[in-house]
Amino acid sequence: MRPSDEMRRQARDLSISVRPELRLIERRLFLRQTLSLGALTLLTGCDATAPSGVQSILTNMSKFNDAVQAAIFRQDRLAPTFSEQDITKPFPFNAYYSESEAPVVDLATYKLELSGMIADRTPWSVEALRGLPQQSQITRHCCVEGWSAIGKWGGVPFADFLKRVGADLTARYVGFRCADNYFTSIDMASALHPQTILALTYADEPLPVKYGAPMKLRIPTKLGFKNPKHIMAIFVTDTYPGGYWEDQGYNWFGGM
Amino acid sequence: MSASTLNAASGVRSARLRVHPLAVRLWHWINAFAIVIMITSGWRIYDASPVFPGIRFPPQITLGGWLAGALQWHFAAMWLLMINFAVYILYGVMSGHFARKMTPIAPRDVVHDLGAALSFKLAHNDVTTYNAVQKLAYVGVLAAILITILAGLAIWKPVQFQELAWLFGGYDGARVVHFFGMAAIVLFLIIHLALVTLVPSTFLPMITGDAKPAGAAPQHQRSNAR
Repeated sequence: MRPSDEMRRQARDLSISVRPELRLIERRLFLRQTLSLGALTLLTGCDATAPSGVQSILTNMSKFNDAVQAAIFRQDRLAPTFSEQDITKPFPFNAYYSESEAPVVDLATYKLELSGMIADRTPWSVEALRGLPQQSQITRHCCVEGWSAIGKWGGVPFADFLKRVGADLTARYVGFRCADNYFTSIDMASALHPQTILALTYADEPLPVKYGAPMKLRIPTKLGFKNPKHIMAIFVTDTYPGGYWEDQGYNWFGGM
Repeated sequence: MSASTLNAASGVRSARLRVHPLAVRLWHWINAFAIVIMITSGWRIYDASPVFPGIRFPPQITLGGWLAGALQWHFAAMWLLMINFAVYILYGVMSGHFARKMTPIAPRDVVHDLGAALSFKLAHNDVTTYNAVQKLAYVGVLAAILITILAGLAIWKPVQFQELAWLFGGYDGARVVHFFGMAAIVLFLIIHLALVTLVPSTFLPMITGDAKPAGAAPQHQRSNAR
């Protein structure tokens, strides 16, 4: 008898002697598999995401993807720019509420609040912001849903602004709080990107309510939900601030 | 003389035929797992903003529960898919697996084998070699996976990988290519699963790695007798 056949015979004998235990293990495996299958079917529910073990893997992978995106991000890598005739008309309104519910901010009393790791936290009026050197861009806004639209925004380069107010540029995060209770945050490297601007105009006109008056962050190196509108306060911090969509499971870095 | 009789005559190896090396089996099942996750989560992502308004996927057959969940699955499984794919391509080229099993693909053989397959006269008694249609389908689906991965990367990072996006005709072009790449893979999957059902003797070797020689499978001999 050849060795392989001998081994096979021994294995068979062994499997007969441990058959009851094997059956138990099989049943346990089967139960576990059906459990995870059942959990998978739960995924179709809106609140349920994934069973906790799987969810922790997915959450960790999303954090890993944050790190990967930070690593491939280049400050001198510019988003493609377009010409006037490429602009999408009408540029779509998009928010977690309808257009009629967009908050109307009183420009006369508006003051942009600054807090956190910033030397000069004096609030800024829209007039004062308009007095700073401006820059405009025609870039593509990409929504995490997949659609995209090309628009023209103008305003204050965010890097200039952060330097002017003495923000700690070695801090990790810049956070935004908005008049529509939206909030989000970005990494400092992306905040300092030359195309990241505090947008005060759309199509050379003062930013209308539907596009985020009086001011929105235009950051063409990130997805749409990282472009907060109706910004009321900006803060610089080393503590992870999260965001409205990010806290619900959307990837935080949201880079493009 | 077939490989089976060679083995039996030499008596060096056991009576069973080596069909798939462990590396190929591991690749196959990891790839199958990753592809199913990518497709079902991708359908949920697609539905958030369909490329073709007339085409939507029923939520019941998608993965993730909602857009954020689907994106988490998609961008987690993409690493499994890409790393597994890259390792397989390296293995296939360096081990000679591709040269040995996927080539040559002569157009004449493809036409002949396709005709034989459609008239149910194609021989399957030797599962260690691929027929010409099989070779073409495997090379084709590998190309489809590669193109879909590249178009996916262009959609994921249209700024950082803008040259790649440009190659696909821009951001929207990459979305169209990504969709048709998926469609090609799904088409392959349907045919692949249908053929495994028709020729079940090909299924177990992808798990165990070996198969009984042709003589031990009478149900196929009958269909191969001409």
